[in-house]
Amino acid sequence: MVLASIFESGVSIDFYIVLASVLFAIGAVGVLVRRNAIVLLMCIELMLNAVNLLMVAFSTYHGKGDGQVFVFFIMVVAAAEATVGLSILVMAYRNIRSTDVGIFNKLKG
Amino acid sequence: MTLEMLAIVLGGLTIGSALMVVLSKHPVRSVLYLVVTFFLISANYILMNAQFLAIVNIIVYAGAIMVLFLFVLMLLNLNKDSEPITSIGIKLAGIIAGGVLLTVLLAALKDGLVITQQAVESANNNGLVENLGELLFTKYVLPFEMSSVLFIASMVGAVMLAKREKQIID
Repeated sequence: MVLASIFESGVSIDFYIVLASVLFAIGAVGVLVRRNAIVLLMCIELMLNAVNLLMVAFSTYHGKGDGQVFVFFIMVVAAAEATVGLSILVMAYRNIRSTDVGIFNKLKG
Repeated sequence: MTLEMLAIVLGGLTIGSALMVVLSKHPVRSVLYLVVTFFLISANYILMNAQFLAIVNIIVYAGAIMVLFLFVLMLLNLNKDSEPITSIGIKLAGIIAGGVLLTVLLAALKDGLVITQQAVESANNNGLVENLGELLFTKYVLPFEMSSVLFIASMVGAVMLAKREKQIID
């Protein structure tokens, strides 16, 4: 099924620019404010998704599929990053019994 | 309900659940709100006729990555209110920094906007599996193959990192 293009029904590209910017800012605030390292990784995923949303919006707006292929690759890299990041966290938790980023400076040799 | 109304409601819900990810104290609740956010972003993709990415977003993000996060949270037994307290100064600084970032982003993008009335052909089919697949296996076939190498590297790295070391005698 092919839906009509949303950009012909009154929604302008500005709407998605604002939405993606707000989502990115929320993710950045989360990275700055939260102390739990797992929540930090989740906020990074939120920022990646804001960028994905904007890329899909522009891809649809310009009528080219290349942007959506790039979103696909961003998802691939995000999956790899989450795996390695979480295993590093599990490792760090075994050593210092905490996921508080404030305590991670104990890892200094 | 017009498509415009639908887009605005979906955008508001997305921002609300993304805020709840940051605001909720409980890490498990954060994960669940993030799953909701990903579903809403998928709905936005469907609205923009990117149907392949909507499905992949649900399968990969909500289905795989978030379950991994949830597993790790349960494994580390962090599913209690073990969130360390952030001082009010750091919270205030973070919120101000985020607000400034948002202001700068919006101000910069507002002037850079292309207002050209570029004719978007109605009902473009770029987001369908057929067209994306063709693009992926012709123009972008080398990055596609390289991503498999990346996955093998990350898999080996994760197994190596998470392997239990020799027991340290306390």
